Amino acid sequence: MSAHILPRRVYYTIFGILMLCTYLTVQIAFFDLGRLNTIAAVGIAILKATLVILYFMHVKYSPRLTAAVVAGSVFWFGILIVLTMSDYLTRAWRTFG
Amino acid sequence: MSPDAAHQHSDVPGLAHHFNSLEAQSEATTLGMWVFLVTEVLFFGGLFMVYTVYRSWYPDAFAAASHELDVTLGTINTVVLITSSLTMALAVHAAQLGQRRTLMIFLVATMLLGGVFLGIKSVEYYHKFAEHHVPGPGFQFEKEYVRHAQIFFSLYFMMTGLHALHMVIGFGIMAVMLWWAWNGTITKDYYSPIEISGLYWHFVDIVWIFLFPLLYLIGRHGH
Repeated sequence: MSAHILPRRVYYTIFGILMLCTYLTVQIAFFDLGRLNTIAAVGIAILKATLVILYFMHVKYSPRLTAAVVAGSVFWFGILIVLTMSDYLTRAWRTFG
Repeated sequence: MSPDAAHQHSDVPGLAHHFNSLEAQSEATTLGMWVFLVTEVLFFGGLFMVYTVYRSWYPDAFAAASHELDVTLGTINTVVLITSSLTMALAVHAAQLGQRRTLMIFLVATMLLGGVFLGIKSVEYYHKFAEHHVPGPGFQFEKEYVRHAQIFFSLYFMMTGLHALHMVIGFGIMAVMLWWAWNGTITKDYYSPIEISGLYWHFVDIVWIFLFPLLYLIGRHGH
């Protein structure tokens, strides 16, 4: 099969970055940064997930259709979060009306 | 197709009759696995959604309850699981090169790391039962947070429990892959089963990458 075979070095590099990110996310959690704590935690998690998807799961080297399906899952999850939160986060507004 | 070509086609190990080539079959199976993983994203997504709503409503109770989780064990488990993703990626790599022995070693390593993860998880669950942090009539917590902390721990057990169930299933899948690698089903040309099992394993790793900071790391400061 004529698959794109990555050199092992790529996997070790990604593993190293993932470990570094894990260390960072734990360290950051012990500082009080207000809202930035959540943003940093979720941001680092998204970065880690993206690296796993692109390199460990080979999406970077897969047909575009595969990448579209992956993006579709993120998009649909985004709809779930955005529409639901636009309801819950704005419920207090009725007290002004 | 001449009878000769048809005969050749049926001789390719692992190739189903409705595909022209192993490349076409491999692309189709990978895409099919990804479609399944999309349903998994939305399956877990519902729980992440509930978590987001309740955390936005009761941030203080969630921070106090999160503080009760063991961040050391959580961090060790994160390292264990990411390492198992590395061994899984290296298993797929070995399969691509047709290195049967290396493939089997990395599959066993992946299973061992998965087992370590589940072992640490059960130790954590044991602590939660001993500390009366399991939602229900026996639940004990600081009085002002007792109701809403139960919501956090309900989500904790549901999300990590569902994740652990996926780990157990993944362990079973790896056992089958080990069997197929051993009996020669997996070859340099036909390694799709290893590739898509790897996709499943990495997906379960990604779920944990989000669960870890959202459950263990909120409210580490100021409590």
